[in-house]
Parts: sequence; C-alpha cells; structure tokens
Amino acid sequence: MPMLRRLYNLARWLARDESEAEDLVQETYARALKGFGSFQLGTNFAAWIFRILRNTFMTLHSGPRMAPHLSVDEEGGEELLPSAAGTPESILITASTQQQIQAALERLPVIYREVILLCDVEEMRYRDIAELLNVPIGTVMSRLARARRSLRGMLAEERLRI
Amino acid sequence: MNCEAWQDKIDAFVDSELPADEARGFDEHLRGCQACSSETLARQRLKAETRLAGQRFAPSAEFEHRLRLRYVPKRVNMMIWLPALASAAAVLLVMVVVGLGWRDRALQQQVVAQLVDQHVATLASANPVDVVSTDSHTVKPWFSGKVPFSVDIPNLHGTQFELIGGRVTYLQQAPAAQLIFAVRKHRISVFIMRERGAVSALGSDGAPVRRTGFTTQTWVEDGIRYFAVSDVNADDIRQLCDLLKQSSRS
Repeated sequence: MPMLRRLYNLARWLARDESEAEDLVQETYARALKGFGSFQLGTNFAAWIFRILRNTFMTLHSGPRMAPHLSVDEEGGEELLPSAAGTPESILITASTQQQIQAALERLPVIYREVILLCDVEEMRYRDIAELLNVPIGTVMSRLARARRSLRGMLAEERLRI
Repeated sequence: MNCEAWQDKIDAFVDSELPADEARGFDEHLRGCQACSSETLARQRLKAETRLAGQRFAPSAEFEHRLRLRYVPKRVNMMIWLPALASAAAVLLVMVVVGLGWRDRALQQQVVAQLVDQHVATLASANPVDVVSTDSHTVKPWFSGKVPFSVDIPNLHGTQFELIGGRVTYLQQAPAAQLIFAVRKHRISVFIMRERGAVSALGSDGAPVRRTGFTTQTWVEDGIRYFAVSDVNADDIRQLCDLLKQSSRS
C-alpha cells in the first residue's frame, strides 16, 4: 500500500487511538481512490493524500471535541501552554528523550501538533502545508513558531521536574 | 538587518525556507552573533529530534493485511477489467483495420494512377502498339515468351469493338500485356498482368468506375489481373470486359 506507514503515523497522531486511526486511514484510501481524478500529476502526491486524511479527520471530528482547538485565537492572546521563551532553557536546550518529545507533542492542541508533524516529521514546504491546511503561509509560520515555543516550554518543564 | 530582525528568521532558516540571499546574510550574522547561533543550533536540534520522535506509529500487520485485501487488485479482480480490455482490444482492431484500409486505398490510387498514365502515354505515343494487328491469332502468339501468362483475345466479330494491337509494358516491376481496342473513335487499354504485390490493392471484380475523366474496370481471374481503362462510357467498358471474361473462360 502506498504511503501506508506515513499515513498511519499521521492518522495516529491526529486520532490518538488505534482503531480510530485505522478507520481514518481506510477512509482516506477510499476517498483517494474515488477522487484520484482530482490529483494533478506532477504535484506533491504526499501533500494531496495528507490533505484527504486531514479533511477526513476534520469531518469526523467536527463535533465539540475539535471545537476548542479550532477556535484558538492564533494571533496574540495568552499562551495556552507554558512557554520557555526567554528562559535559559530556551537557549540551552539539551537532548530530550524521544518519549519526552512524544509526550509533549501529545499535549499540543491538534492544530499545532499537525503543523509540527507536517513540517518537522514529513518535512513538507511551508507552501505545501499552507495549501494542505487551506491557510496563508503566514499562518503556517505563526502556528509553527507558537507550537515550537510550547514544545520547548513543556520539555524545559520536564527537565526542571527531574 | 539587526539581530532582532534575524531572530524572526531563525525558524525559516532551520526549515530551509529562507531565500538564498537571505540565507547567506543569516549565515554571516550567525558568525558574529553568539545568541542567534546558539538559538539556531537549539532549534535545529529540536527539529531533528522531533523528526525522529514523530515517526512513532506503525500499522499493525493485521491492519495492513486487511487493507491489502480491500484495495490491492487480485487476479479475481481481472474480471472487472475484462470489459474494459475487450473494448480496448476492439478499438485497437478498428484502428488497425482502418489503418490498413487507408494504406490499401492509398496504394490502390497509386496503381490506378500508374495504369491510367500508361494508357494516356500509349495513346500519345507515335507507335502506340508493338504488334499492329486486328487479328487475334497474330496478337496472342506474339505475347508468348514476352509475358509469363497466356493472353486470350476475345472474338470481336459482330461487336462494336476492334482490336488495334498490343504491347508489352512494365507495371510494378513485372511485365504486363497491354491490349488496345477501338470503339468508335475511342481507345480502350486492357492491361493484363499477374495478380501480385501492389496490383492486388486494385481490389476484386467491380463495376466500371468513373475517375477523373476515365472509366476503369478491373477483375481477377485465375491469378491474372485485368484492368480496363478508357474515356468511353461505363456501358462500353462493361461490354468489352464481358467479352474478355468470356474468352478467358472458354
């Protein structure tokens, strides 16, 4: 199956539950096959199918669970999560364990988690991410900045606790 | 650009999204700025670690198997493709047939043109015939040894047709007999040759055909191709051809 590992990984990060992730992947394949005509050769296939996965996820979760995350005011407002900006940890971030990073990612609201996954894990370009999420590039950049700040804050907190 | 402005570019630099000239400028700034370089290093490290940590989940073998059963075509699924394959084959066949038809028609036109040209050239020539005779018993033996088949001359007694004579010509690199008949003031050429190669493109027995001022009629009998051409009307051609057919059969 093309892209199965990458799709499943992404689905699992979004859904955070094995059976839900499997349903999501299965539905993504079904929609991709049905809508293959809309894929334009020469464009980014991964971006195209991630978009289907993400849209499928969003329609399945358009209920109250998603709502708080989607209504997050991105520009300004107070940080939802601890920020390490300005603390010594922000500069001298030392190697965190994979488990620590994974735990921190799980705590991130989904719109920040997905942008980190698409940019850092899938290594997609800002332009492709913007198209996938249907937002301006500036929004991608601000979400990324905020997501990374939160991530580092959580990781710094973790280290202080030890 | 001052240090603060560069700080806003760190993420873009780490993500390789800075335009080339800005990336060069940023590089220069990093060499002289301790704060920015350690911050950049920290973000690069976090990105690399996130990349590894993010590749966390793998589908179970059972799930992958289930998907394969559902989406990967099996041999049985060929049944679904059979109608499509059949119609593709049909389309291909039609294309081949039409293509061959086109090629045959082009070849046929080429051979007809050659025969008509030969007829016109013969009439224009000062010595249209090699053997001048109205007597079929003179013409028939004259051809023997000159063409690789026997030439039957119809009995024209009591008809409007008259034998003028005959000559040997070459068509498609093979010898052919050309008989010239007269009807009223018109001339009719009848080419007789072996049915082979491009000559076959002329097609089988047909009624007289009118093309560019000439009437032609052609048929095949016992591996011999007959082709009549003249500026007379279709009835005259048909009559002469019927006489020729009778004589070759008798």
